Amino acid sequence: MNSLRERAFLNRLDELRGTMPARPHDARAIAALAANPGCARRAVMDAAGVDKDRAARHVGFPAPFGQSQFAITRGNVFESLVKENGCAELLRLLRELLGLSVAQVGYRDVESVGSHLRHSHTRALIDRAAREDDGTAVFYDHPLFSLEIAGHTSYLEPDVVAFQIGGRFHIVEIKSFGMIDGQAEPDKVAAAARQAAVYVLALRTLMADLGHDPERVSHDVVLVCPENFANRPTAALVDVRKQLSVLGRQLTRMTRVEYLLEGLPDDLTFDLAPGEDGVPTRSADELTQALLQVPARYAPDCLSTCDMCMFCRHEARACGSTDLLGRQIRDQLGGVSGMHEALGLAEGTREAVEGQEEIARLLRLADRLREESLR
Amino acid sequence: MSALTALARLRAVRDGVAQRITTVRHCHISDQPLVLIPLKLAGEAAAPLAAMVGTDPGHPRLLVVPQPRNRDLRFAFAAGLAEVLLPYIEGFEKSTETVERRGGEPYERCLDAPQILVPNRSAASFTGLLGRSTRFRRAEGPYPVHPSVPLLGRWLTYFADRSQQPGSSVLLAATEALSLHWATGQSGLEDANLAALLGWIDPPPGMSGHRAAEEAEDPLLWPPAGPTTDPGFDNEVLAPAIRAYEEAPTDRAVDRVSQALRTQLDPTWRLMWRAVDLLRSLPEGSRVKDRWEIDRGSFTRFVERIAEGSPPQARRDGAVGAAARLAGLERARASYDVQRAHDDPLLMAEYRLTGEAFAGTVIAADPEHSEGEGRSRKLRPLITVRTGDPVRLTPGTVVGSPDRRGHAAEIVEAVDGEITLKITKGMGRGRTPAPGSVPEPGERVSYTSLIDDFQSSAALPGPEQTPWTHGGPPEEYEPGDDDAQEEWL
Repeated sequence: MNSLRERAFLNRLDELRGTMPARPHDARAIAALAANPGCARRAVMDAAGVDKDRAARHVGFPAPFGQSQFAITRGNVFESLVKENGCAELLRLLRELLGLSVAQVGYRDVESVGSHLRHSHTRALIDRAAREDDGTAVFYDHPLFSLEIAGHTSYLEPDVVAFQIGGRFHIVEIKSFGMIDGQAEPDKVAAAARQAAVYVLALRTLMADLGHDPERVSHDVVLVCPENFANRPTAALVDVRKQLSVLGRQLTRMTRVEYLLEGLPDDLTFDLAPGEDGVPTRSADELTQALLQVPARYAPDCLSTCDMCMFCRHEARACGSTDLLGRQIRDQLGGVSGMHEALGLAEGTREAVEGQEEIARLLRLADRLREESLR
Repeated sequence: MSALTALARLRAVRDGVAQRITTVRHCHISDQPLVLIPLKLAGEAAAPLAAMVGTDPGHPRLLVVPQPRNRDLRFAFAAGLAEVLLPYIEGFEKSTETVERRGGEPYERCLDAPQILVPNRSAASFTGLLGRSTRFRRAEGPYPVHPSVPLLGRWLTYFADRSQQPGSSVLLAATEALSLHWATGQSGLEDANLAALLGWIDPPPGMSGHRAAEEAEDPLLWPPAGPTTDPGFDNEVLAPAIRAYEEAPTDRAVDRVSQALRTQLDPTWRLMWRAVDLLRSLPEGSRVKDRWEIDRGSFTRFVERIAEGSPPQARRDGAVGAAARLAGLERARASYDVQRAHDDPLLMAEYRLTGEAFAGTVIAADPEHSEGEGRSRKLRPLITVRTGDPVRLTPGTVVGSPDRRGHAAEIVEAVDGEITLKITKGMGRGRTPAPGSVPEPGERVSYTSLIDDFQSSAALPGPEQTPWTHGGPPEEYEPGDDDAQEEWL
C-alpha cells in the first residue's frame, strides 16, 4: 500500500468508527480475531476499533457475557500469590520446569514508571537485556507491549511476566483454573495458549524492531496454574507455535479489510457518539441499518467469542440461514445456505439448480427414508 | 451428524418444535432415579456451593455451603450429600441374582442398580471432581472428616468414570440423553442449555419452540442449570448474602444464602423431572435391557471392591490400565452404535443413506440351494431382494439383519437395485432350512454390514510387566497421608 492509499484507508476506518476513540484491543480480543476469519462485519468493526459491546447494546442485542466477582477475586488472589516477594514462587517453579541452576533472579516492575512511559520503558529494558548477554536472569512484571493492528497501534497490558535468562525470553501466563492431577480443562488451556501467543508475537515484534533475533523469544510459554484444589501454583510449558501461525495469518489479513470496504456506501458509519446522558445519539434503527450493510458470517461458536453474536444470530434466523444450526449441519446440507431451499429440495417442492443435483438427490432420499422409518 | 438429523433440525425450525430422531429410547431410565444438581463457586476448580438432590420430585433436599471458601463447611456439605446418596446406593446392594456362566463359577449380580441424573456434561465432570476431592480423605488422623465422606468420593468417582462408557446409564446428563432422541431448531452448542432444549422439545401451550428457547436464555427467568451460576446472580445476590454470613454466621444468614440458591436450583429441579417424564414416554429399545445388565454387573463389582476394602481409585491410570480402559471404551462405542441401529429403523436409515444397509422386498428365493458335494455339502439358501436404496456393498460382504437375530448372509451380487444374498447362518441343522428361517418372496427384509460381533479384548501385559517404553512397572498405588490432608481451598 502506498502512503496516500494508506492514509485514505485509515481515514475511512476513522469515519466508520465516528467520533469515539478507537477501542484498544486487549490480548483476549486479538486472540478472538482468529475465531471466525470469514466474517466481514467483525473484521471491519475490529479494524476500525468500534466498541462492539456498546454497538450490540445500543441495537438491543447485548452479548451474554458477564464475569462473576468470585472469579475475578480468585484470579487476583492467585496472581498476587505467584508474584509475591519479587516472584519468589515463580522462580521456584521455573527452576524445576526449565532445569535452571540460578540462585538469584532480578525483578523489574515496569509499572513503577508512569503509564505514558511504560511502553518506552519496556522497550529500553528488553533492549538492554538482549544486548547484555551475561547470563543473568530477570523477571519483567507488567510489561507494556504494542502490536500494529490494521494500521492502529494496540497496547497490550499483559498480566504476564516476561522471564529472561541469558538473553532468551519466556512469556509466563498466570491463570487461576486448576490443574488437577496434571490435567486442566482443554478449552481453558487452549484459550490461555491463544492469548499467550499474542504476547509472544508482540515481544518478537519488539525484538525485531530493536534489531535482535525475534527467535530469542521462546514459543514455549510457561503456564502457571493452581495445583489440584489448593492455591499452591504449578507450572507447565505450552507450545504455542500453532497459535502463532494462525494469529500471524489473521493479522496480515486485517490489512485486507481495505478490500472489504470497497463495496460499502461512502457515508456508512458506526458512530456511537454519546449525548449528555451517555447514550449514543443515533437511533438504534439507523445503527442497525448501518450494521446490516456489512455481511456477517454467523456461526454458533460466535456465541462464546463475539460481542455482536446475538445481533447476528437474530439476523441469521430472520433470513432462514442454515448457519444458525452450525457448520456440521451446513456441511451435511452440501453447503445449501437457505433452510427453505434445503427443505424444498428434500421434499421435492423445489427444483435443483445446476450444481445442486447431487445434494438434492441425497436430501430427497433422506426425506423418503425418514418418512418410511417413522411410519 | 447425518443428513437425516440435519433434515430433522430443518423441520424443527419450520414447525417450531423439536423432531424425533429415534423411534425408541436408547437409554435406561430407572423407576427410581436420583436427580443431582450441583452448583459450584465461579472461578474455583471444585468448590461446591450447593446441590439439590433426591429421588422424590416433590421433596428435594437442598444442601448449601454458606461460605464456599471454608474447608469445614465443604466437608459438612460432602457429609450431607453422603447422607442422601449412600443410603440410596445401598438400597440396591441387597437383592441379587445368581448368574450361571459357561465354563466358569456362577456369580452374584444386583437385580437393579442406582441411576444418577445430572443436568449436563459439565455437571457430570464436576461430580467427578467432587469425587476426586473427597475420596482420599480419612476419618482419623489430622483433618479428620466424617467416615461417609471418603466413601462418597469413591462412589462419585465411580459414577463419573462409568458415565464415559458409551451405552452406560448409571449416570446420565439430561441434555445428552434428550439430544440423543430429539433434534431441535438450534445448534448443538445451544442444546447444552437444558431449559432451551426442553423449550424446543416440549414448549408451553401456544408458544413456539423457538420462543420458548429464547425465553430460556434469560438467566432471570431460567437460571443456568449449573454447575456455574449466573454472574449477575453472583454479583448482585449471592455475594452480599455470603458477606452477611461472614459478618455474622447466624441461622438467619445461612437461611439467606439458602433462599438465594434455592431460587437458582428450583427451576432446574422441575426441568429435570420433566426430562425424566419425556424420556419415559418413549418406548424402550430392545437392547437397552442388555446394556443395563452390563451396568448392573459393573455396579456389583464395585460394591464388592468396596466391601473387600480395596483402596480408593488412583489419581491416574497406569499405562496398562489406561490402554485397557481405552480399548474397552472403543469396543463399547462400536457395539453401542450397532445395537442402536439394529433397534431403531430411523437410525438404520442413516446407514441406508450411506449404502451400508438396505431394505426391500424379497422377489425370489431358493431355500434348498446348497454348495459343495458329498460330506462337505452345505445348505446355502439364496434370496433376491429388490430395493430403492443406494447399496454400496460389494460381493462377499457379510451382512446381518436387524429383524432376525442369529441370521447371517453374504452378498453374492448387487445389480440395479436387485441384490442376491446367500444365507450362511441361522437356518438350523437340518438338510432343509428351519421353517421361517429363510425370507419368502413378498416379505419385507433389511440387511446391513453393521454387525455386533464379539470382539475379544486386546491382549495387554499385566501391570507388573509394563514395558520400559511406558515407564516400566508402576509403583503400587497407596494413598498416603498427603492425599488425605490435601488442601481443598
